[in-house]
Amino acid sequence: MRSLIDIQELSVQEIDELIEKANDIIAHPEAYREKCRYKKLATLFFEPSTRTRLSFEAAMYELGGQVLGFSEAQSSSAAKGESVSDTVRVVSGYADIIAMRHPKEGAPLVASMAATVPVINAGDGGHLHPTQTLTDLLTISREKGRLHDLTIGFCGDLKFGRTVHSLIAAMARYDNVRFVLVSPTELKLPSYIKKEILQQKGLEYVQTTDLAAVMPSLDILYMTRVQRERFFNEEDYLRLKDSYILTPEKLANAKPDLSILHPLPRVNEISTAIDADPRACYFRQALYGKYIRMALILKLLEVE
Amino acid sequence: MNIDSIHNGIVLDHIQAGKAMEIYRFLGLDSLDCSVAIIKNAPSKKQGRKDIIKVDSEMDLDLNILGFIDPAITVNVIRDGKLVEKKHLTLPEQIRDVLKCKNPRCITSVEQELPHVFKLTDRSRAVYRCIYCETKAGG
Repeated sequence: MRSLIDIQELSVQEIDELIEKANDIIAHPEAYREKCRYKKLATLFFEPSTRTRLSFEAAMYELGGQVLGFSEAQSSSAAKGESVSDTVRVVSGYADIIAMRHPKEGAPLVASMAATVPVINAGDGGHLHPTQTLTDLLTISREKGRLHDLTIGFCGDLKFGRTVHSLIAAMARYDNVRFVLVSPTELKLPSYIKKEILQQKGLEYVQTTDLAAVMPSLDILYMTRVQRERFFNEEDYLRLKDSYILTPEKLANAKPDLSILHPLPRVNEISTAIDADPRACYFRQALYGKYIRMALILKLLEVE
Repeated sequence: MNIDSIHNGIVLDHIQAGKAMEIYRFLGLDSLDCSVAIIKNAPSKKQGRKDIIKVDSEMDLDLNILGFIDPAITVNVIRDGKLVEKKHLTLPEQIRDVLKCKNPRCITSVEQELPHVFKLTDRSRAVYRCIYCETKAGG
């Protein structure tokens, strides 16, 4: 029995297989409609989420399975003080696979140690979010036709943005990927990620506060939201939230085949005027999230 | 300075100068009723100065923890007045319930009964990280 807590647990080959499977699901959805018949997914969301929870649920329904669970801690036994371990031990008896989101870092790992069914980390605070990274990889693969030989820019909150950290770690495993890190000084990528991933592997990266200056070099622009819930201090949040807003003017010198990604939800960091631009991939990206989760559920349930 | 040789026991040699008391407390040597000698700032060819602890009794040592505190320590086991074993320490891959994770966002901050486990992520720089939240030990 296998869980997925950290994207690094998957080999490059396994990621390629998941992408291949997702592409096959997109091409032949009817072939997968009964694959998880009589199987149940438990969505244990101790923290609110719309997209991730609904995409997991849609993924399971489209595989012919069923879904049970809760969408906030107040409606679960956690409100009575039950531990994560006890909750998943109980839920292991009710479901075949668990997707868990929790505000505390490491909670899904604790769950995977106690559960008797596979656990998928659906986000643990500001720490890891492997299915978002798989979504991003599928999107890049579909938009660009490859995961190597790319220049990828990350813009916004690179300090607390877990999706950024995970995607950097995942992309660092492919050949000839260059990283451009654009953020206000206060929200720079943590130095341990630079040291332990980029510098240790001798990867090329640029760190800047100037998005316009680096725009022409980018194949992919990964925008992120400055998230209120990651700040201890409201004043800091308000000061930094509008640091980088992407507008059509800022795209003037971008490549014609740039792919703009965003894990969503967006607040105002991408102007809605960009939505109609074919380079805007973020809504397709959200859709791909469902397909890669279908592929992952099949893999962890060992359904052929 | 004369300190009697020990007959059956252990000698912790090559302790980084100044760390002997920390190790004395960590290993709970204050609770032993045998002779324990702490030698501070002894001359050392390799280190310049070093600390040494001699315990005149055989005891079980958690070499993992000792290796975590100071991997340069050598553990000499003495039986019948003779050196029978010399153990060199290394940084352990994992340490359990020695350090506490200080990250307020870590699951260990709310689930008190969880073991605090740290894994070695960079041997050359002796970096340990919490297995749950990956926060650096002491960070």
